[in-house]
Amino acid sequence: MSTPAARAAAGAPAAVSAPADGSAAGTATQIPHQAAAARLTVRPVGTDGLLIELDTTERTEALHAELLRRRAAGTLTPVREIVPGARTVLLDGFAAPQAARRLAAELPGWEVPPLTGGDTAVVEIPVRYDGPDLPEVAALWGVPEDEVARIHAATEYRVAFCGFAPGFGYLTGLGERYHVPRRATPRTRVPTGAVGLAGGYTGIYPRSSPGGWQLIGTAPDTVLWDTRRCPAALLSPGTRVRFVPLDGAESAGGGHGD
Amino acid sequence: MATEALHVVRAGALTTVQDLGRPGHAHLGVPHSGALDRAAHRLANRLLGNPETAATLETTLTGCAVRALRPVLAVVTGAPCRVTVDGRPAAWGQPVPVPAGAVLDVGAATHGVRSYVGFAGGVEAEEVLGSRATDLLSGLGPAPLRDGDTLALGAVPPRGRPAAADAAPWVAPPRELVLPVTLGPRDDWFTPHGLRTLFTGDYRVSAASNRIGLRLEGPALARARDGELASEGMVLGAVQVPPEGLPVIFLSDHPTTGGYPVVGVVHPSALDAMAQARPGTPVRFTPMGGTPSGR
Repeated sequence: MSTPAARAAAGAPAAVSAPADGSAAGTATQIPHQAAAARLTVRPVGTDGLLIELDTTERTEALHAELLRRRAAGTLTPVREIVPGARTVLLDGFAAPQAARRLAAELPGWEVPPLTGGDTAVVEIPVRYDGPDLPEVAALWGVPEDEVARIHAATEYRVAFCGFAPGFGYLTGLGERYHVPRRATPRTRVPTGAVGLAGGYTGIYPRSSPGGWQLIGTAPDTVLWDTRRCPAALLSPGTRVRFVPLDGAESAGGGHGD
Repeated sequence: MATEALHVVRAGALTTVQDLGRPGHAHLGVPHSGALDRAAHRLANRLLGNPETAATLETTLTGCAVRALRPVLAVVTGAPCRVTVDGRPAAWGQPVPVPAGAVLDVGAATHGVRSYVGFAGGVEAEEVLGSRATDLLSGLGPAPLRDGDTLALGAVPPRGRPAAADAAPWVAPPRELVLPVTLGPRDDWFTPHGLRTLFTGDYRVSAASNRIGLRLEGPALARARDGELASEGMVLGAVQVPPEGLPVIFLSDHPTTGGYPVVGVVHPSALDAMAQARPGTPVRFTPMGGTPSGR
């Protein structure tokens, strides 16, 4: 349901898009202490919700991580849902409208440390790069088809947010030059485990459904969503992910990343 | 424990198991779900002495019928309808004993859309993320009822049969929906004219409405900008406006994120009435006060 075309509409100034290029992965700390202060807009959502809007994906993921830290530490005013989006974090279900207003007033003054990403385990997802849209994606990237797999598997991803279906994560990490449009005509049926690209996101279909993402592979062994498992979702916002090629011999190394 | 207690004789157009839903999982893409008319669901449970979290059956326009496989105590709330036990008229809005072998028939709604059929002990179904609710968007929870299904009921509360109520509070299904709206978060995606249209336009409930959203027919809202938003979180009651300009109000099974702008959010006090609004029902939006969002 998301459309990456709206990236431009969010009005992010061009100057801050530099770290979005995957080549600088892991060093996105050019602006160490400015944190997110005054870089966010808080909008009311009904009487007991807030939508916090940020200017970059990185700041959004960092604010989301900070909200979870504060909730775990018991210093966040109780709220039912914390739902990250591409450039937003929705807080829904405060106990009282005053609690929402107080937090809205505090938020611009928060010190939000940049994402470090080093402390959580990486979920590895084995992938067979055999998707029907490989040729299309290779053409869009301007690389041979087998390079698509190498580049895709050499990148480290984070789940920016979930949606579309339970267990479907929108993974960020691919550099801007690898962003692709979704298919002009969505498929009526995308199989379970299909690995796709749309905009700057990678996603894995947790179950068969219609879908418009460009399919580059299949994750045959990974169960993304199982309500008998705890937690049911393999991927939740903030989870770090790596794809491991199943057949080619190139699974190791992958030195020259993006 | 749960034992098979009901045989579905007539499933009706759409009858689902519902409770108070599965809040707290929106960040995983899991809709809230749960009974659309929560007051009616809660009332059914109260009249039976069940906890309000017990599951009921939510019917859609045409009711349903079940045969009791053992004596059960049932109640019908929500959309008013004819209730019979083995063809004999029975009370609506009052606990009704259904003897073993008898058929409880919940007739077509005479007003409103959704009746709630509660049973002492509650409808049993496997819990998914703490809820037995059927979520039609994501497919969580039990499948909608089909003719011939068998349902189990939970243990009857130890207090036994609750005190009789002479009159149950009940809000009539609306002739007209008046929906208090707080503007935002994306009212700045609409022109001043578009916002005026929202509060002055004559809207009607569309027949394409379902548990995911109440769709409206009427004047389109003029937008100040094109395109879509980057995906963002969506709330119950959000008035989302797709490109053609006709508002959709999100109900229990709504998607957790979306890319169309939300012009405003309907106050939770109006959710139950929306659940009972038939296609064609006139709809008016009224401003809740507060200031438009944006800078």
